[in-house]
Amino acid sequence: MKARVTVMLKTGVLDPQGEAVRHALGGLGFAGVNGVRQGKVIELDLAETDKARAEAEVKAMCEKLLANTVIESYRVEIL
Amino acid sequence: MKAAVVTFPGSNCDRDLAVAFERAGWDVVRVWHKDTALPEGVDVVGVPGGFSFGDYLRCGAIAAQSPIGAAVKAHAARGGYVLGICNGFQVLTEMQLLPGALMRNAGLKFVCRMLTLRVATADSAFTAGYGKGQEITVPVAHHDGNYTIGADGLKQLQDQDRIAFTYADNPNGSVADIAGILSENRRVLGMMPHPERVVDPLQGGTDGAVLFKALLGGLALA
Repeated sequence: MKARVTVMLKTGVLDPQGEAVRHALGGLGFAGVNGVRQGKVIELDLAETDKARAEAEVKAMCEKLLANTVIESYRVEIL
Repeated sequence: MKAAVVTFPGSNCDRDLAVAFERAGWDVVRVWHKDTALPEGVDVVGVPGGFSFGDYLRCGAIAAQSPIGAAVKAHAARGGYVLGICNGFQVLTEMQLLPGALMRNAGLKFVCRMLTLRVATADSAFTAGYGKGQEITVPVAHHDGNYTIGADGLKQLQDQDRIAFTYADNPNGSVADIAGILSENRRVLGMMPHPERVVDPLQGGTDGAVLFKALLGGLALA
C-alpha cells in the first residue's frame, strides 16, 4: 500500500521561498500570481494492507518526524 | 566538570566546541550519534553546529531522533545542562527541549558574518558572566536561523525572562530579534550565533569564552 504525505507551512506562517518563487514568476511575465506556497511531498511504500491502520500509522509518522507541527501542517492520502 | 560534545554525520563545529570547552577548563568527552548513553558524570552536553544528516527533511529533524538524542533528552529531564549552537539549536527545538522552530532566513540568503548580540538576561549559568544589556561580538553562519514561535509562546518567553540573546541588527527575520532562548528551568540554551568561534584572539575576538567560563564557574559552585 502506498501513502502520500503533503507537508506545507501552516497558513499565516510566512513562506520566504514561496515568495521568492512568486517574484521569479512575475519576472518571467506570468502576471496574476497572487501567492505561492512551497511545500514537500513524501511518498511511502508500506507493508500494511489495512487502509485505516496504514493511515493511523502514517499520521503517527507525521507527528513524530515527517512534519514539524509548530510551523507545518500535513495531509495524508492512502493511494 | 565534564562536558560531552555530540557529533552527528555532517556536524562541523564539534571540534571547535570541544576546544572552547577545554580552553575554559572543562574535561571534554566526545560522543557519537549512535551512542545510546552519555558517559558517567557528564554535567553539560554540547550540541554543535553544522549540517547534521545533510539538513535532510528539516534542519536537525533526523539528528533529534538519533540514538544519542534520547540520552540527551533524558539528561535534560534529569535537570542536566545542554548547550545547542546553530544546528544544535535546531536539533534542540526538534527534540522539543526548546519551544518554537527555526525557519529559512527571511532574506533567503545564507548569512555568515560577525555581528552584535545583546545579552537579554544574565540570569542563567550560561549568561551569568555578561551584564544584562551588554553588547558582545559573535559570528553567525546559517541559512535557517529565522526563529518563530506563536504569540502565546513568545509572551511566555518574555514573561519568564527566557530570551538569552537578541540581535542588535536582525540578520534573518527572527521574531523579536531572538538569537537564543532558555528552557523553563534555564538549563538548556539554544542559540544561532557561534560563541565557540570567538574564544581566542586569533579568531578575532574572545566574547564567547565568557559563556564557557561562566558555565563552569556556575556549575562548580552548585
